[in-house]
This record gives sequence, structure tokens and C-alpha cells, in this order.
Amino acid sequence: MNNAKPSSTRTKGDLLLEIRNLQIEGESDEVWRPIVKGVDFTLKRGEVLGLIGESGAGKSTIGLAAMGYARGGCRISGGSVVFDGIDLLAASEETRRKLRGSRIAYVAQSAAASFNPAHRLIEQTIEAELREGLRTAADAEKDAIELYGRLRLPNPGEIGFRYPHQVSGGQLQRAMTAMAMTCRPDLIIFDEPTTALDVTTQVEVLAAIRDIVEQFHTAAIYITHDLAVVAQMADRIKVLRYGKQVEEAPTREMLTNPREDYTKSLWSVRKLGKQEQAGGEPILQVKNVTAAYGNTVRVLSNVTVTVPRGRTVAVVGESGSGKSTLARVITGLLPPIEGQIIFNGEALPPALKERSSDTLRRIQMIYQMPDTALNPRQTVYEVIGRPIEFYRGLTGAKKEARIVELLKLIEMDESYVDRLPSELSGGQKQRICIARALAAEPELIICDEVTSALDQIVQEGILQLLMRLQRELNVSYLFITHDIATVRAISDEIVVMFQGRVVQQGPKTQVLSPPHPPYTELLLSSVPEMDPDWLTNLLARRKVTPEAMKAGDR
Amino acid sequence: MSESAHAGQAIVPQARIGRRGRMSRVWRVLRKAPPTAWFGMIVIAIYLIAAVFAPLLAPYPETELVGGAFEPWGEQFILGTDQLGRDMLSRLIYGARNSVGIAFMTTMLSFILGSALGLMAAISRGWVDQVLSRAVDVLMSIPQLIFALVLLSIVGSSIFNLVVIIAVLDSTRVFRLSRSVAQGVVVMDYVEAARLRGEKLPWIMRREILPNIMAPLVAEFGLRFCFVFLTMSALSFLGLGIQPPTADWGSMVRDNAALITYGDVTPLLPAGAIALLTVAMNFVVDWFLHKTSGLRE
Repeated sequence: MNNAKPSSTRTKGDLLLEIRNLQIEGESDEVWRPIVKGVDFTLKRGEVLGLIGESGAGKSTIGLAAMGYARGGCRISGGSVVFDGIDLLAASEETRRKLRGSRIAYVAQSAAASFNPAHRLIEQTIEAELREGLRTAADAEKDAIELYGRLRLPNPGEIGFRYPHQVSGGQLQRAMTAMAMTCRPDLIIFDEPTTALDVTTQVEVLAAIRDIVEQFHTAAIYITHDLAVVAQMADRIKVLRYGKQVEEAPTREMLTNPREDYTKSLWSVRKLGKQEQAGGEPILQVKNVTAAYGNTVRVLSNVTVTVPRGRTVAVVGESGSGKSTLARVITGLLPPIEGQIIFNGEALPPALKERSSDTLRRIQMIYQMPDTALNPRQTVYEVIGRPIEFYRGLTGAKKEARIVELLKLIEMDESYVDRLPSELSGGQKQRICIARALAAEPELIICDEVTSALDQIVQEGILQLLMRLQRELNVSYLFITHDIATVRAISDEIVVMFQGRVVQQGPKTQVLSPPHPPYTELLLSSVPEMDPDWLTNLLARRKVTPEAMKAGDR
Repeated sequence: MSESAHAGQAIVPQARIGRRGRMSRVWRVLRKAPPTAWFGMIVIAIYLIAAVFAPLLAPYPETELVGGAFEPWGEQFILGTDQLGRDMLSRLIYGARNSVGIAFMTTMLSFILGSALGLMAAISRGWVDQVLSRAVDVLMSIPQLIFALVLLSIVGSSIFNLVVIIAVLDSTRVFRLSRSVAQGVVVMDYVEAARLRGEKLPWIMRREILPNIMAPLVAEFGLRFCFVFLTMSALSFLGLGIQPPTADWGSMVRDNAALITYGDVTPLLPAGAIALLTVAMNFVVDWFLHKTSGLRE
């Protein structure tokens, strides 16, 4: 761990990859539209370049083009990609295929979707080497085990002989990095390798990737939308938007002194904040709730949470901590085994079917993925109109007036009433989901990771909207999230959950300021900061790995 | 009140624009259809016209004896006459109405039945799904044509019995399809949202799920229609389908089959009509599936 030097001291070699005026087009409805509009960059041996931007900026497409590859429905229409003197776009498919896997490797976002579930990890790890005939199977296995060790996977000697579903997401992501490393490539492309992981796991994977890239002096392109992450990994950062470069600079310079307005706006999003307000009378009390799927898997044990009227309570925790299950219990989708849900001073029937229509109206829900939360075949008019009709019995002109009113409330207008979800942007879709919840005139809205599928700038807009609505309508939020920045931005109180139990509950300032219980400490310290030395310092400070700590806490 | 009226005005023209947009979108898609799909659509349109306007188009009535038996093709009877002396062309045209009409009704019924039960199974899960699925398995384990023959010989062959029996037997396949595609939709958050709102089963089935599984169902409709049509014709050919004197392509083949031995192609005409419709239907369905599944060649 001591060899984790600050990234700027890394030694660079000669030129490895040169991309000039790269242009890529994508097809939709049989029309080719430009996705990447003339991007240039160069990469030296041993250098790490961070590509950053919102979704749709063309990051992944550029990453794949660096291997001379365009995914289905895309084509490289201009420019050049020269890797170590070989023009990848002019080279034959055979040449490119030989390079991929052996000299250029790729680490995908979702390792779980990229591994073949029917083969053991080690077989897949060494596959490329054997195919290229670089080593015998026995040597390759020995090497793979060594790589597992370097990536700090537990039990490196055995873990490779498991199947993908038998290891955790963070371990799988590291196994995939090992796979990319086996041929000792000159260049690795990391496409959002930690985005799907929890923060505490992310730290481990980031540290492992950074060490191994450094040890083997590998050049890398690191694609992400998370600024704080890229600040830890990259020597240089390139900001992209709409398939064009916004600016490029060495990491430290970029962080301290961004030049373009767009970059500055990316940097400033995390500074959103809310003055904490003390709680009043409770609107929702979850009392000693224990819940399980089937009769065996206990997901919540003895959970007690209180939401004061007109306030925001944030529930934070990693995946598997029971946050979403808590929402299912409150809404009645999963009746608890023990405990009570008290709403407005009255105990609610545990099951959805036994609750009255008026009770259902008062508790609304907003989902993480607006794409699956809106019926693709229903127009905005139908989506928002239905709860108005269903709960209040309004029809015709009165219903239409109310729809327009709600659209204004979420800062959209009546020109959207005939749109289908596919004709809206991600942020607009989420706004429509909010309007649907508001249409019921609820007292409590459960927000399940409502911003995590959105770009940072869009996130900010949604959070501000939610805060404004709370001020105007005095609605209460139970805000489920794993993102500490969001918690800072909007909450009054925080509930920290870990493995189905509440670890800590209290006002925001109290929970966020030390001293913390051990798990809260781990969670808070794992949130990446916009400081290029953050990871290095954190690793030096931490004596036990999060995995060991969590195992001890169990 | 005046405010809401104003809002209403603001919306109405919008809605109209939306509808016109959809029409032009349909036209754009149609224009890009491959020649095979166009061929299919034109053939189907001709059949439909023949079926709807049969009394106007046919030179002679459906069941009247207008000449001698087995008259050859000529001026008076363009395609000759059948074994009893009825005009072949007129019977072909009326046959379109009877065969196509009854097959369409049957397919419709089997779809209403199959998709309603399939959706119910997908949404309810648990024992409802188990009971329905196993019942369907049992029905499907018996060869369809033989099962239909047995049932028809028990209850007697009327058009009503024919339609109901074939619809029920055919709905098993619709059930399986709609259940499996609906299972993918049921887990969506918008279905959960509807459930949390307190919506009842019929609303969830009709408004949340059905529109999203329409594409595969429509495609399957085309294929099932062909199969129903063929089953009907087969039954007619075996004498248990549509009963005389009603003109029906299946029985027309059987009744005039003897002519083949004399080198006359007349009995092949109704068979050809069946084949052409099946081919046309498949062309259209293929194109539609290709379109909606977003497949590239």
C-alpha cells in the first residue's frame, strides 16, 4: 500500500496512442447522426487519461474506438486511431482482433453481465492468453492467482475456482481487471468500472486498479461521470460534452482552475445544501419492524424510523442494507412479520389490499428509474390524469386544468401533455413521476434513489424542485439514497442502515459530525472527495479493509 | 371555472396534433415497407373486399344450381361449375366470406380468451398461475386436430361448436405467449405504481400491461389466423367443418377432387386461395415482427 504514490509522480514513456479528429456516427431510424464530432488526444505509456462527461457525451464510444471498435449501430466515419504505430482503422479485422485482449484490454462497467456464468473465473481470466498461445495453462493459472493477490482479492488461491455468482460485485470487478491484466497489455480501457458498486467497495477497487496499473506501467483510459473518482485515478482529465471536447488539462490544474463554464458547473453541483430544520410531530412511525422474503431471508430486523411532518428523512446505506425493503414495508407491498407502521397516529393495516384508497393516496412513491416507472404507452396526460381521476373523481375540463397546474408546479408546461415517455429526457421523465405523485395530493412521498440514474446537473434540478415543493406544500419525504452528497443537500434527519438494521438515526449535523459509530465512519470516509490525494491519504489512514470491518460488525 | 375552460382549450388542439402526428407516422412506416409486405397487404385487402362485397361481386347466388355438373371454364361460367352445377367463381367469392369470416371470429375469440387468462396468470402468480398453466399443458398435450375431431363428433358440427372448440384449443398457445411476455412487463415499476394507487386487476391488465405486449400479440394473431384457417379447412375437407350447402374452400376441394384425375385444375383453385392467403399473412407478419422487434438483418 505504501507504493501508492501521488499520481503526478508517475513516470511517462513515449507515445502509445494517438487519436486525431475522431468522428463516430450512430444510426437511428435509418439516419446516421454524429455522436462524436472530432475528438483528439494522445496517450503516453504509463499514463492515465480520465474521460468525463454526462451520459450521451460519447465517452464510452470513444473508449471503444480506441480499440478500433464501434458497437452495433455505430460506425467510425472519420479521423485516425494510431496505436503504437499501427493505424487501427486501416488495419485488417484480423490485426485488430489480435491486438484486443493481448495489447489492448477493456474493463466493462458491469462485470456481472460480462462474465459467462457457466465458467469458473480463472478459466475466463486466462482465456485470452491461451488463445494467443502466450503461456501454458498451468503457468497462466499461476500468474492469474498472483494477479488476484495483487488486486487484494481474498483467498487468491481459491477464488478463481468459483463461479461468477459466488463472489461479490466488487470482487468480480477486480477479477475482470485481472483478466485484462493477464497479457500485460499496453493499454487498458476502464469504462465506469466502479459505478455499479457501493462506496465502501468502490474504494477497494479503485485502490487495486491504481496500484496494478502503476506496477505494470500500463497506460489507461478511465471513463467515468464521477469527478471525485477520476481525480484519484487520472494524470490528465478530458471533459466531453455532446461528443466534443470541452477542455483538457492535468488533473490538479483542472481541479483547482477549470476554465470553461461547463466544467465549472460540473464542479459546483456538489455544493448544494439545505439548512436543517428540527422535526415536529411525527407523520410516519415505523416501529420495531422485522420483515423477510419467504420465511428464511430476514431483510429487516427491528427497524424503527420516525419521519416528522414537513421534513426530509434520508435513509442511507449500501445495497443489501434493506433501504428499499423498508419502502416496500411502508407501502404495504411486503407485510412485516413483526412491528407496526403508524401513519398520522393510526396503525396502518400491514397489507396493501387492506388499506383504504384514501390511505394509499396519502403515501406516494417515486422510483429510481423513470424509464421503468412510466408506462411507455401512456402519454403525460394519462400518467398525471389517472390519479386525479382515481382519487378525486375529476374528469374533463377540471381534470385538464389540474394537469396543467401540476405541470406548472414541476416547471413544465401544457405543451407536454401529449408526449410519450420516449419523447422526454431523463430529467423530464423524473419530473413527470413527481407530478404523478403530487397529483394524489400526498402527505408523505417515498423517494427511492430518485436521482441516482440522472446526470449530475439534472440531479441538482430535481433536488431543488423537491425542496421547493416541500416548502410550498409541506409534504414529508422519506428519501432513500446511497449518495452522501444528496443526503447533505436535502435532508433534515439521517437514518444509517446496515444489513437490515438501523445503525444510527438523528439530525443531519449530528450524524455527519464526529464521533461516528464504526459503520457510519466507514461509509462517510468512503465517499470520494475532489482532492487528488484523497485516496492515498485514506488508504494510509485505514488499517483494516472495509471487508474485514464489515465482517467483524456482522 | 373560466380558468379550467381556458385550459381545456389549450389542450384540445394539442391532442389533435398528436393524432395527426400518429397518422403520418403510420404512413411513413408503410412507405418504407418491403415489396413482400406490400404484396401481403394487397392480397389481404382483396380478400377482405371479396368477403365484404361477396353478394355484389359474385355473378350467381351461393347455393343455387345454375348449370350442369362439372361444366368446363367458359363464357357463361368463368371457372366452370361444381359437382352439383353451382357456379365455381361465385362459390369461391362466397367462400372468402365464410372461411375467412369464421376463421377471423375464431381467432378473435381465442385471443380474447387466451390473452385475458394469460395476463391474469402473469399478474396473480401463485396458485392461479399454476392451475391455469397446468390446464393449458393438459390441453396442449393432445394433438389439436384429433382432439377437435373427437369433440365435434360428440357435440355435432355446427358453426357455433366449430368456432368455440377451435378457439378454446387454439387459445392455449395465445395463453402461453401472453403470459410469458406479460411476465416481463409485470415486474416494471409502473405496474407496481398502479398497484400502490389501488388499481384493480382489470385496469392493470387493460391499461398498464396490454398496450405493452400488443406488438407480439398482433404478430401472433396473424400466424394463429393462418393456423385456424388451415385447421378449419382440414376439418371441412374431412367433412366435419362448415356444412353444405355453405360455400367453404376446404369442402370445395374435397367435393371437386375427382376432377384432378381428368387433368382439370379447378379443385386446386380453393386450395390456392387458402395457400395465397397464408403466404400473404406471413409476409405481413414477418415485416411487422421485424419492425417492432428492432431486428437488423
